[in-house]
Amino acid sequence: MSSVAVEKKPRAVVLGASAGGINALGFLFSELREDFSLPILVTKHVGLNDDRGMLRVLARQSVLPVRVAKDKYRIQAGAIYLAPADYHMLVEGQGVISLNLEEPVAHSRPSIDVLFQSAARVYGQELVAVVLTGANRDGADGIRTVKHFGGTTVAQCPENAEIGLMPRASLDTGCVDYLMTLEEISAFLDQIGA
Amino acid sequence: MMENGSVADLERLELDLLLDAVKTRYGYDFHDYAKASMIRRVRKYMDKVGIDYVSGLIPLFLHDDRAFHRFVKSLAVVVTEMFRDPDVFKVLREEVIPVLKTYPFIKIWHAGCASGQEVYSMAILLEEEGILDRCQIYATDFNDGALKLAKNGIYPAQDISRYENNYRLAGGKAQLGDYWVSRYDSIKINRRLAERVTFANHNLVTDGVFGEMNLVMCRNVLIYFNEQLQDRALTLINDSLCPRGFLCIGRRENLKFSQIRNHLEDVSNRLRIYRKLGS
Ligand SMILES: C[S@@+](CC[C@H](N)C(=O)[O-])C[C@H]1O[C@@H](n2cnc3c(N)ncnc32)[C@H](O)[C@@H]1O
Repeated sequence: MSSVAVEKKPRAVVLGASAGGINALGFLFSELREDFSLPILVTKHVGLNDDRGMLRVLARQSVLPVRVAKDKYRIQAGAIYLAPADYHMLVEGQGVISLNLEEPVAHSRPSIDVLFQSAARVYGQELVAVVLTGANRDGADGIRTVKHFGGTTVAQCPENAEIGLMPRASLDTGCVDYLMTLEEISAFLDQIGA
Repeated sequence: MMENGSVADLERLELDLLLDAVKTRYGYDFHDYAKASMIRRVRKYMDKVGIDYVSGLIPLFLHDDRAFHRFVKSLAVVVTEMFRDPDVFKVLREEVIPVLKTYPFIKIWHAGCASGQEVYSMAILLEEEGILDRCQIYATDFNDGALKLAKNGIYPAQDISRYENNYRLAGGKAQLGDYWVSRYDSIKINRRLAERVTFANHNLVTDGVFGEMNLVMCRNVLIYFNEQLQDRALTLINDSLCPRGFLCIGRRENLKFSQIRNHLEDVSNRLRIYRKLGS
């Protein structure tokens, strides 16, 4: 895969990851350049009290600032936001993050579907959504919504993922534009964030 | 007029029209609620009643008030728990309650108490510190369904291991199980803990100040609101606090958007516990 055509220059990237996700995210973050120009919002399934550990690990691997999101944080270009443990993370119209305590979706809180579906409504065609490794089906409904609102959808190749179930479920929706290895996703982010 | 509106623009327009209709018909104003969560609840409700367009809810809500009230109830489907964020209760016990103990009479307000677990956690703390009988606790929510659950104090037994774990992490030394009676698959909180509690309907958006509180707990309610509405609700709460009163908000919430920040000092900013400056 050389370069990928994206309709419009994206304004944001959303990433979803579950089991195996720390390694995958760590790899992607370590490859990002300092002048990466888009915000990255990440929902990684995480145990009740484990978001600080996740933050510590991922912050070490990124030249960009990494934060655990708080309610009504203003989304800034070139920054990475992680959904906090036990809350859903959503995007509001004014480029603001909001959190909620709705029931778990796809057995998860935070849920990838919730992030993707809210971001799809705000960024429309200017959104890139990526589903990475995981052992459940979260993200699939989100991918469908992102597609419906005109965004670009990517799934990690199931064979390339530590656990292929989650990207496979997204793939099965028929709404995935690109299937990529982690290396290709990294190159793709580099291209759109330049 | 909308310039070739996208799917998202249309949905936003429909939502605004729906909220206008609701406000005019029922007086509930949801315009300044965080839209992303609101659209989720609306969509969920649409799936349940089999309506395809957001604007399709307008005739339904205008003509069928029971349908509307079911929707309001669904807005507050929340999961709360006893001693959520144990560290917070630990600091309340170790740093806030010792101050409250010095007062002859203590008023505490749980704004947005949901199904009440937080209220009973507080009552347990106060009981263990020996001041429950000197306290008046107000537990309010704008959702009557939630208030009823709170008043009943009956919770699923499957949650108790989490409650017990939280309680221990919060520095609890007794047997939490002594504070309720177990039934088949539920527990019922002892009436003793509700003796000092008044449950009441209160809407932080439309209702007024609640006088002279020594401690206000308003956790995970502000997240429902946009910044402007957060500021309004926080101003109302600040006006309800007596001088040197305490305020506790949710772990992931912020006072950043509110001018009341200037009137508060930190007890623990990390745990979102604050104290009003003297006047
Ligand atoms: C997530 S619960 C918080 C429960 C508890 N404080 C906790 O943190 O576990 C939020 C509650 O806020 C209530 N709420 C939402 N909007 C409100 C308003 N305008 N006025 C009063 N309560 C409101 C909801 O009905 C819900 O019960």
